This record gives sequence, C-alpha cells and structure tokens, in this order.
Amino acid sequence: MAAENIVGIDLGTTNSLVAFMQGETPVVIPGDDGLNLVPSVVALDQNNQPVIGNSARKNLIETPERAVYSIKRLMGRGVEDIQEELKLFPFRLAEDLQTGEVLRIKLGDKTFTPPEISALILRQLKRNAERYFAGPVTKAVITVPAYFNDAQRQATKDAGRIAGLEVLRLVNEPTAASLAYGLDKKQNGIIAVYDLGGGTFDVSILKLHDGIFEVIATNGDTHLGGDDIDNLLITIALDDIRGDLNLDLRRNAEAVQAIRKAVIDAKISLSSQPSVKLDVELPGGKRYLREITREQYEQLIQPIIDRTVGPCKQALKDANLKPEQIDEVVLVGGSTRIPKVRALVKELFHREPHTDLNPDEVVALGAAVQANILGGGSEATQNMLLLDVTPLSLGIEVAGGVTDKIILRNSTIPASATQFYTTQVDGQANVAIHVLQGERELASDCRSLARFDLKGIPPMAAGIPRVEVKFLIDANGILHVSAREQRSGKEAEIQVQPSYGLTDEQVEGMILDSFDNAEEDFRRRQVIEARNEAATILAALEKGKKSAAWGQLTTDEKKQIAKMEKVLAAVNAEDDYQAIRKAIDALNQCTMRLAELMMDTAVSSALKGKNMDETDLGEGPTAPHPMAKAEFE
Amino acid sequence: MRAARFCESCGKVQPPAPVDYFSFFGLPPKLDLDVATLEKDFYELSRRLHPDLNAQAGSQEQEWSLEQSSLLNDAYRTLRDPIKRTQYLLRLEGVELEEQSKTATEQARATGEAKKQIVPPDLLEEVFELNMQLEELSMNKKMGENDASLTDEIKKHKDALESKNESLLKELQSYWKEWDASIERSPAASDARAETIRKMVDVLNRRNYIRNLVRDVNAALEE
Repeated sequence: MAAENIVGIDLGTTNSLVAFMQGETPVVIPGDDGLNLVPSVVALDQNNQPVIGNSARKNLIETPERAVYSIKRLMGRGVEDIQEELKLFPFRLAEDLQTGEVLRIKLGDKTFTPPEISALILRQLKRNAERYFAGPVTKAVITVPAYFNDAQRQATKDAGRIAGLEVLRLVNEPTAASLAYGLDKKQNGIIAVYDLGGGTFDVSILKLHDGIFEVIATNGDTHLGGDDIDNLLITIALDDIRGDLNLDLRRNAEAVQAIRKAVIDAKISLSSQPSVKLDVELPGGKRYLREITREQYEQLIQPIIDRTVGPCKQALKDANLKPEQIDEVVLVGGSTRIPKVRALVKELFHREPHTDLNPDEVVALGAAVQANILGGGSEATQNMLLLDVTPLSLGIEVAGGVTDKIILRNSTIPASATQFYTTQVDGQANVAIHVLQGERELASDCRSLARFDLKGIPPMAAGIPRVEVKFLIDANGILHVSAREQRSGKEAEIQVQPSYGLTDEQVEGMILDSFDNAEEDFRRRQVIEARNEAATILAALEKGKKSAAWGQLTTDEKKQIAKMEKVLAAVNAEDDYQAIRKAIDALNQCTMRLAELMMDTAVSSALKGKNMDETDLGEGPTAPHPMAKAEFE
Repeated sequence: MRAARFCESCGKVQPPAPVDYFSFFGLPPKLDLDVATLEKDFYELSRRLHPDLNAQAGSQEQEWSLEQSSLLNDAYRTLRDPIKRTQYLLRLEGVELEEQSKTATEQARATGEAKKQIVPPDLLEEVFELNMQLEELSMNKKMGENDASLTDEIKKHKDALESKNESLLKELQSYWKEWDASIERSPAASDARAETIRKMVDVLNRRNYIRNLVRDVNAALEE
C-alpha cells in the first residue's frame, strides 16, 4: 500500500484550497462542485448543520446572522485588538464574552471560537481530499501569513487539530509560493515575493541557492488586503444611498451583503475594464446605480495599497539589499490582479513582476511541495530545502517595562536563546517571566505571548539560584520554553498562561465534540458518495438506452452492460463502498463505446448536461469517470 | 567534525554536545574567517540537520534534529557577522560586553539619569557640533521652519560618522589578524592576547557609540 498522502492547505482569508503532489507536479484538489477554490465562508443551515464554501455563500446573503466570512482576521486575537475589525466586519461576538477569553462568534444561537470555524473549513478541504483519494487524510501542511505572530500560528495549529489533522508544518505563505515557483525554475538568485491576499499582506525576500530557499527578510501587515478595498467601497455605497435615497442601510445585514457582493464584482471587473456600472436592488424596490471609472477607483484605493510600501522598504533594508539587486519578483494573492498594485510593485523593485502563476493557487501548490519534502521527498523535490525566518523579534520584559530582545526578527528558524534568571528574595521558589513579540521598545507596545511561572526553585539565598531558561522557536515559528536550575540540576516547572488562545484541554474537548466517530463518519460518507455516483451512472444509462446510439451496439455489448448493471445494483444495496466503486468502474468500462456514440450524435448535449448533476441527481459524480464526460439529455 | 552530530555508522542525527559556535563548524577560535566557506558549510549541514529532512525519523531523532538545527542557525548567524563574531569570541574569553552595557542601562534607568556615554576623544569636536545642530533642528521643527542647509550639514556629519565606522571595522580586522596569529603561535602568550582583547573591546565600544549616534541622527531627520 502506498504511503498516505500528505496534503498542502492554503487556509485563506477569502478562499481556501487543498493540493498534493501528483507524481512530480503539485495539483489542486477540486471540491465536489468541481471548483478549486473553497470560499472561506461558514454558515449554519436551519438544522444547525454547518455549510461551508460555495454553498455557504447563498446563506451569507439570505441569512447573514447565521454565516461568517474572513474569520482569519480573528485568529489568535483578543477582544481588545479587534475593535477596528468589528466596525468593518459583521462579526457578532457572544454577549457573555469575558476579557482575556478566546473570542466566540455567534452563528444563529450557537457560538464558535475562530479556530473552530477555521476547523470547519479545514474539515471540508480534508473531505474533498479524502473523496479524491478514496482514503483517509490525516496529515497536512498548512500555510500562514509570514507576518503571523505566535498566537495566530498557534490558533491555526489548533484549528488543524480540531479538524482531525496532524499539522506537520506551518509554512509561511510567500515562502510556500516561492517553492511552487522554484520547482520548475531551478536557478540561483534573489527573489522577492509580494503577497497581497484577501486580508493579509506579506513581503519576503529569498536567496535561492541550489535548491535551498533561504529567506533573508520578511515583513508585512496581517490586517491589510482585498477586504479593506471591499469595505471602503461598501462604506462609499452606503453613504451614497443615505445621501441620495435617504435610506440608512448600515444596520441591514442582508442589504450590506448584497452591496458587498456587487462591489466585489465591480472590483474584479475594474482590473480589466475601464469602468463599471454598479446596480444593486435595495429593500423597498429602490435601486442603487453608480458608475465607477478605473481612474476614480485607483484614486480611492491608493491609500490602501500604499500601505504595502513601508513593509517592502523595511524588508529590503533588513536584507541589506537595493531594489536593483532583486533578480525576480513574484506576485501572490488575488489582490495582485489589480493593475495599480502591479504598477506599484514594479516601481518598488524596479522590475516587471512575474504573473505567469495563478496567484490564487500558488500558495496551496507550494504547501503541497513542502508536504512532499516532509514526506521524504521525491525526484522533483530532491535537494529542496526551505530555511525560513521568524518575522518578529522575541523579547522578555525586564525592569522598567522594557523589552529585552533575545531573538531578533529575520533570524533563521529553528532559533534559540538562553537566559539566566535568579531570585531576589531568600528562599524564593518562583520567578515570573513575561514573553513578548514585536519590535517596540516598551513591553506594553509589544504583543504579549505568555506569562511563565518558573516554579519549584530549590530554597537558596537570594541571587544564588541560576535558572537557565531556553527559548526555542521551532520550524513552525512557534515558541517553546524549557528551564533548568543549574546549581541543583533540577528541571524547573513551567506554568504557561498563554495571553491569547486555547488551552490544550480546550482543544482536546473540541476534537472530541466533533470527531468522536471520525472513522465511522468517513466510511459512511464514502458509502453515501459511492451510492450517489452509482445513481448518477444508472440514471445516465437509462437515458442512454432510450437514445439512438443504443441501437448501434452489438448484442454482446448490450449483454455485458446488462450484466454489469445487475452487479452494480446488487452491491449498491450493501455498505461496502469499495465494492460499489469497483462495480461503477466496471460498468463505466463497458459503456464507454455507448458514451462515445452518444457524443457523436449529440454534440450540444455536453453543455446542457452540465446542469444535470445539480438538478435531478443530487451530489453528482465524485470521481472522474468516462460516462461523466458524455452527459445525456 | 561530523562525528559530533551524526552517527558514524548510520549517519543519523545525534544529540547536540555542548560546544561553542566555532567548534560546531569544526573551526579554531579565529576571527579572520572566510564567510563564503562558512555559508557553504551552513548549507551542507542544513541539508542534514534540518527538521524538514528528518520529519520521517523517530521522535527522539526529530527532537535532536530540532536542537541541532537551531544550534546551527544560531552559530551561523553569529559567526557570519564580523561584529557579532568578535563579540562572541570576546565573551568566550570572559569579556561580558553586553552585560556591561546592560548594567549601565539599568543603572541609568534606576537613577533616572541619562546613560553616561564616554565620547571617544577623537570625536569630541564632531559630536559637540552635531549635537548643537540637532538641537537647532528640533527648535526649527517646533517653529515649523525648514532649514535645508542645516539638514545638509547634519547629513554631512552623519556621512563622516559612517565612514569613521567603516575605518573602525578595518581597524578591528587588523586586530583579528593579531589575535589569529597569537592562537597559532602558542596558547601561552597571554600578555599579548590580553592587549589584543583590550584593543578589540575599545574598537567595539567606539563603534557602538557611533552606531547609536547615527541612529539618533536618522530618527531626528525622519521626524
């Protein structure tokens, strides 16, 4: 049996994708709707069952109070640092939220933490992959914005665990993109990756050297992306509507979602059209009509895209490089389709950026490459190694509320630092350590990661104990701390109070809540999907028998088909999905000529047939098979 | 040099032994080292020690790989930079440069006084003039005035300071050679060594002073 596939997942603000290495090429695994992108939208249907992705987009418009999008903005954050977000996004926080508690978002009358919502998206991707492989998927590489801090990374890892995935590695998105990019261009040089996505911005500068991808510097903004453009356009539309039509829709969630959809469509059109007409139907039968020219649009978004300039300049400065020294610039993220953004990148790096890779897919493809490397590698990934860095300095609060930096930003990870602590009072048994992340001088301006209590220091006179504390940032960019009292050689106990995030017990509880019967669930789902597929092919065959092509088959062929049809009908009644799939394959084989004949006779049916899966046959085919292509009407 | 990190017979990663950064790369404690060779060794060792390439190994081996790899990265980061490398060697020789500076900072904070900086004598005049100009600049800013010639003067001083730093690096490199020669000659020549260490500490302090000054000037110009 082949080793289990490790998948690469891009858990995006707007869209998420799952990919894997098929032989020597990374490919995206489509969902059951045939689409590669799974919108990062989660909704609860009327039975409180989660709906994810494209199907949840409808819920977002119809029942916005039961749906959520852009949850990535809330990952690893506390209620006090999302006040800006709350003004712009329709996140509904649980009313009984305590300060210091992990955020909880309301969907209908239920509440979920951001990692749980992300886990629902991950679980959908996991299912898509399991359907594709017809086998379980339990291991994944997940990408995160390079500029994510420790808490945001930890929250992403928790989401993976809740979804029943062992997260083998968190990879920075721009770095993952460079892996996909570097796969077929095995050259040496300096590349810059400019990644402007739905909600986050990263810039990374890498040195490529015989398959080693060494990140030299990275910078970014975890709250900057296409979302900000959407919100700006929504605000303008709402102001217009209030001014012109005397209609205040700011608290009308459904209307806001309809406007949001319209401005996003307009934004996309404006990347290729000189102007676009907005036309939104409003409550009360009124319409909002407005024309926006590319020129106006570019003026409006200039302040937003200008916010990427600072991080780019800082990254160049940290890398000690001039723009002329960059050999290639790679664009990642849907927002880099905006011509104005491309122009800005060209100006910043004095170079025409690469646009040959699909900016929506390249991160997931890179994650698949990294998954392959972690799985032991293949011919394509041989000699490839990623050396990434920590985006933010790690520090400790010292006397006077000042941050003492112990691991500087852009240090290659894994990285470590050792600090020595002593006691100030005779017999003192505990020492408190406050760990911070960030570049600012004052501890209060940095991100508080955790407070550690060193406990069980043997009783000694003040200043005598020498506690060695080792801080280690692992290859995921996540911090680990260990401590030892050197005089006694005793391991000091560390009690961690993460400033944000779920405890291990909480995560465990969430896993148990939803995955008590993971294996049984998987099997049952496989049976249902196989049966759906069987129904599809049997229905198609019924139609085929009525077609003119049927008469063209030989008696033997018809006999063979009848036999295989019987076999399929028989196994379909049982619970063995593998047997059902085998029978489907067999029936497919012997109906191949029928399908071909029908193709010849009905050229246009392929187009009409596209609706078939959605309308009368439920879920539709779950794996590629020959009959699917012919499509009957 | 391999034996410490890999099993001689099976080539697997071994637990890290407590070694200094020079020994980790199999180098003598010399300062005038070839950074290109160091980089080559860093890449080669990364290919064997990095956790990504040991992800299929047992959990014990994975842990060792994480520790070894972080040690490798810490060592490379320190040794490839001329200043960090010198500071590190001095620390190995028992000179606590950072401690000195930290103690001074903490004392200054406790007493509420500005941290005392000893101005290198050859810079006295330059620094005096620069401070006057910086004061004038901040006055101008308050008044909302902009004196381009003043800014130019300050920039000129800044350039002079930066080129001074360049020459200090050259001076430091000449002491590297002294140090390396003393290592080769005999480990016992302690008087000469102590003198070389004193000179290196002095250069680093002066350099540090200038670097802080340049940082202040940049901040004042950007404000």
